Amino acid sequence: MSDPVLSVAHLSVDLGGRSILRNVSFDLYPGQLCALIGENGAGKTTLLRSLLGLTAHRSGQALIDGAPADQRRALVGYVPQKIAFDPDVPLRTRDLVQLGLDGHRLGLPLFLGRKKALVDQALHAVWAEAFADQRVGELSGGQQQRAVIAHALVRQPRLLILDEPLANLDFGSANALVTLLGTLTRTQQIAVLVTAHDMNPLLPVMDRLVYLVGGQAATGSVEEVVQPDVLSKLYGYPVTVLRHGRRILVLPDAVAEDAETCTASHVPHPEKAD
Amino acid sequence: MFSSFMINTWIASTAIAFVAAFVGFFVVTRRSAFAAHALPLGAFPGAAAANLMGINPLIGMLIFVGMGVFLLRQLVRMGRRDVGTGLVLVLFLGVGALLLSMTSEYAPAVFSLLFGEVLGVSDADLWPILGICVLVVVGIALYFRPLLLDSTFPDLAALQGIRAARMDLVFLTLLALVTATALPVVGAFLVFTLLVGPPAAAQALSGNPMRVLVLSVMFAEGCIWSAIALSYWTNWPIGFFVGTIGAGLFMGARSYRHWNQRQRNFLVV
Repeated sequence: MSDPVLSVAHLSVDLGGRSILRNVSFDLYPGQLCALIGENGAGKTTLLRSLLGLTAHRSGQALIDGAPADQRRALVGYVPQKIAFDPDVPLRTRDLVQLGLDGHRLGLPLFLGRKKALVDQALHAVWAEAFADQRVGELSGGQQQRAVIAHALVRQPRLLILDEPLANLDFGSANALVTLLGTLTRTQQIAVLVTAHDMNPLLPVMDRLVYLVGGQAATGSVEEVVQPDVLSKLYGYPVTVLRHGRRILVLPDAVAEDAETCTASHVPHPEKAD
Repeated sequence: MFSSFMINTWIASTAIAFVAAFVGFFVVTRRSAFAAHALPLGAFPGAAAANLMGINPLIGMLIFVGMGVFLLRQLVRMGRRDVGTGLVLVLFLGVGALLLSMTSEYAPAVFSLLFGEVLGVSDADLWPILGICVLVVVGIALYFRPLLLDSTFPDLAALQGIRAARMDLVFLTLLALVTATALPVVGAFLVFTLLVGPPAAAQALSGNPMRVLVLSVMFAEGCIWSAIALSYWTNWPIGFFVGTIGAGLFMGARSYRHWNQRQRNFLVV
């Protein structure tokens, strides 16, 4: 396999004297999708910020294409969590995507040429041709998100980071997005890192998992990481891993037994949650 | 109406409408209408102070509007933007009232500074106005893309290394320059109309940024030309016409968009 796009080794980050991340290590290769799973306050945002070169770390390293993350920002595409455009914003989807390419440049955006082809490619990659000439502010939440993904993709990054992309989507849009992310990972041969509270929607497409608890991480494949002994050690108390079909549920032991009866008796068709 | 006496007025107001549309594009996109209201009123005591000291009012206004930008940024940094802007506005109005109370030519001077005096553009006034207008257009053209991204999605702009604080300074400086040049011609209250009405109307009609810019310029020119002509014929103050036409443009464009959207929704259903 080729060299990793992202290589995090023994990364520790302190913020305001508090230890936020401790000894986090994982590698991510081109064509792989990695889910970064953790509850609020587990350190997901801090990890993303260090990968973007926005937060300094105490020890360890985060390398992108072999160089420290803060020197490689051009290779990273980022899709923030909160996306809400004002309906009046004077931008069409294609203008937003083009700003991903040349937003930092001086001068009026008059001369397109080669850029138009790149913009069209990015729009095509996120299935956004249908609303390419529509105003960004008039799109649905899922469409706005795809527009921002195209904005991040147009510079042809090697690593694409999405912060909680599934948080505000209904089931249908979330499924479509997961499929899209899987396709992007394979066809563009980029590394994709997605944060989420819940790993279940991402299970069909993810190759690797970084499971963060209180600043410490277990990393590997789903089979390696989502094991009672691994997670119990991480949480510091016993947890149970429930598997139902392709769904996975991680619960502290005290509630696990109740939950099992719960699933059996009160939710007749768990698959409907797909 | 096109006598040599009026030629300077036409040239100056055409240039002012042009730059007002350029800067107004970002006033509306950044939702900074309140700042665009406060800065002209910050320039107004500058003219009064210049009057008191017997220097060129443009210099007085530039100094005061520069102080306005500085104060605005300081107060905004301390907390809420709307509150800071409001306090700067009141502060400058108060200073303006004080300075005007010290001069003898009270009423006409105030009236022309607040509501404009289109017939008052001399050859000596014209060149600085045109110079500043060119400067502002170049500034907007240069910073168009970073400003556009920063105004619409600051987080994405920051990732491209575009610093929000710097964009704010660029924007407020260009706004201050337009204000200071436009004030003696269209007046403090009406600078605001030109900065907000035409660009807001243009944004209601199109989502293509370049098209919005061109439409804003067309609306602003149409607004000021018709206001001058109507003011000339009726002898009513130009401010009345600029204000009415500016608001009319906005309401017309919004209604059109609303109607258009309903048509589209109806077709979808």
